[in-house]
Amino acid sequence: MNPRRILAIAYKETLQVWRDPRSLAIALLMPLMQMVLLGYGISLDIKHVPLCLYDQENSQTSREMLRDFTASGWFKTAAILDSNRAVRAAMDNATCIGALVIPVNFSRVLAQTGQAQVQAVFDGTDANTTNIATGYAQGVIAQTAATFARRWDAQHGLRPPTAGSINLQSRVWYNETLDSRNFIIPGVVAIILALVGAQLTSLTVAREWERGTMEQLISTPVTSTELLIGKLSPYFLIGLLDAAFCLLTAAFWFHVPFRGSVLTLIFTTALFGIVVMGIGYLLSVRIHNQLGASQIALMLTMLPIAMLSGYTFPLDQMPAAIRAISFLVYARYYVTLLRDEFLKGSSLTEMASSIAALLAYAVAVLWLAARAFRKRLE
Amino acid sequence: MSSAAAITAQNLVRSFGATAAVRDINFTIQRGEIFGFAGPDGAGKTTVMRMLAGVLQPDSGGIAVEGIDVIANPEAAKSKLSYMPQRFGLYEDLTVAENIFFYAELFSVPRKIRLARAGQLLEAAGLTAFQQRLAGQLSGGMKQKLGLVCALIHTPSVLLLDEPTTGVDPVSRRDFWAILYNLRESGVTIVLSTAYMDEAERCSRLALMHAGKIHYCDTPARLKQAMPGMLLAVTAADPRAVRAALAGAPGVLGLLLMGDRVNVRVDDAARRAPELRARLDAQNIAFTGISRIEPAIEDVFVALVGGGAPA
Repeated sequence: MNPRRILAIAYKETLQVWRDPRSLAIALLMPLMQMVLLGYGISLDIKHVPLCLYDQENSQTSREMLRDFTASGWFKTAAILDSNRAVRAAMDNATCIGALVIPVNFSRVLAQTGQAQVQAVFDGTDANTTNIATGYAQGVIAQTAATFARRWDAQHGLRPPTAGSINLQSRVWYNETLDSRNFIIPGVVAIILALVGAQLTSLTVAREWERGTMEQLISTPVTSTELLIGKLSPYFLIGLLDAAFCLLTAAFWFHVPFRGSVLTLIFTTALFGIVVMGIGYLLSVRIHNQLGASQIALMLTMLPIAMLSGYTFPLDQMPAAIRAISFLVYARYYVTLLRDEFLKGSSLTEMASSIAALLAYAVAVLWLAARAFRKRLE
Repeated sequence: MSSAAAITAQNLVRSFGATAAVRDINFTIQRGEIFGFAGPDGAGKTTVMRMLAGVLQPDSGGIAVEGIDVIANPEAAKSKLSYMPQRFGLYEDLTVAENIFFYAELFSVPRKIRLARAGQLLEAAGLTAFQQRLAGQLSGGMKQKLGLVCALIHTPSVLLLDEPTTGVDPVSRRDFWAILYNLRESGVTIVLSTAYMDEAERCSRLALMHAGKIHYCDTPARLKQAMPGMLLAVTAADPRAVRAALAGAPGVLGLLLMGDRVNVRVDDAARRAPELRARLDAQNIAFTGISRIEPAIEDVFVALVGGGAPA
């Protein structure tokens, strides 16, 4: 291996990226764009569910019940209605995705028997949202009911039970505010790094074949290992800079808590960078055409990462067969590591298996990439 | 293998699918020669050049460059030679100076030598003023000269040029050849391919290629002697009519249209000239003169190899 040749190739490659608007845009603009798009655009939280209210009774008690709903923050009043037909119409034209109906004799029944019913109707087209909203509604009603029950007990001279009742004190770890952004943004870093890394490197060798510069290049004593290192190193640095930008944005702009070690983060990010760039390079060597190589690179990086890395869709909810496939998706290890580092602050021993998997991938991809290039015309 | 041989090739064969591009050719190129492969497009010239450069594997046969087996050890051979492909192989998004720097580094040329040599070569190529220009913005001739500068930056002992002056203006072509002649003085072996017969004439030795074979290989002068018959040039306003009238005339071995004249190859110039004159007069075809000329390589090629006349 000759360091002068490696440096010469790296320098040449840097000049070419610098002068190619398409590569430059991928290197510099893509991370910013993706971070904004994915950071702001994706949220699994459901807040301010539009709810229609139909209060048939309109008593002090019923109004108190409705107030609890709007005060919870989970719901917002989309409309106040006065007939069952209006409820149906509001659901049909999507004014609201749920309606709360308080029956005409609500407070009277409650006062007499200590029990009453309210009706909540939800639009089931989006099953996920409806599930969550139903849960919220039950929570709100349970709280209101407890308030009413204590009042009723007091009015009837009963003491609240002191024994035999179990109180749930729930506490959420790692993502205390249960903000889905904290869960998603570390994964976004993986997506961006994969996108930028594989896209840039998928062009690098294919470009030489396409523009006819390869024939002269392979007539020189440059070795395929020198070519690999020389060509990948500038993109590796660009990738690390992009990753640094994304990670800093995640920590300081989106305020995703960071609890791990910066050193481990850099190391694992570098490993992941090597894997995606090695894949891009492999494709570029095999497919002598920039467009084809970059399209396949997109399919081999973005698709599995978006679907099977656990970045948005939780892996442990998937069928066993698909979960088995996800173990092949190198990005799942990095996404897991990112969450470990950001949210959990896991120790090295806890992360060892993921790091080992990523390391194995990096070594394998580099080994293949170094051997893939043939200094021959076909 | 003689120590003076820069390149020897034995029984080279290469096919692309069903097409045989090179069929069993043999040649030896001596040190310091300017050796040319001449022939029409599709004769197999580029395939031969690529195999010599070590970028294309022959199906069978052997090549040695400076005593190094190119097939077994292409990388060692590559440090001895420089190859300039037919299609411009430099980086159009790099400047002239950056391209030169890149190739100098690939061949580990020491910095001092690089600067001195690049200066000389750029001067000779008339590119000194264009060092900061992007290669993609150079004219065709300048690109080829830049290719030559990059190929020569590491002082190769064998220079391989595949149709180096195709699409090059006459001034650049003259610069180009001036550089080649200088190189030859310093003992560099130059191998080039060309479809231009006037250019082939500048070579010290020439292989006439057609359909994947070398038909004749000798100095241009001896090739001309080897041409059977003698040459008469008939100049006329309508040379096509002359060619039609003389086809099949006794003693005529071949006819070649050359702009405003027809080169007529005959068995005996002194005897046939009056006969041709009479034949044209009889058919009432106007011509301005008939004279004996020395054959050019193009005539030789057509006479010896036949087939389609090259450009």
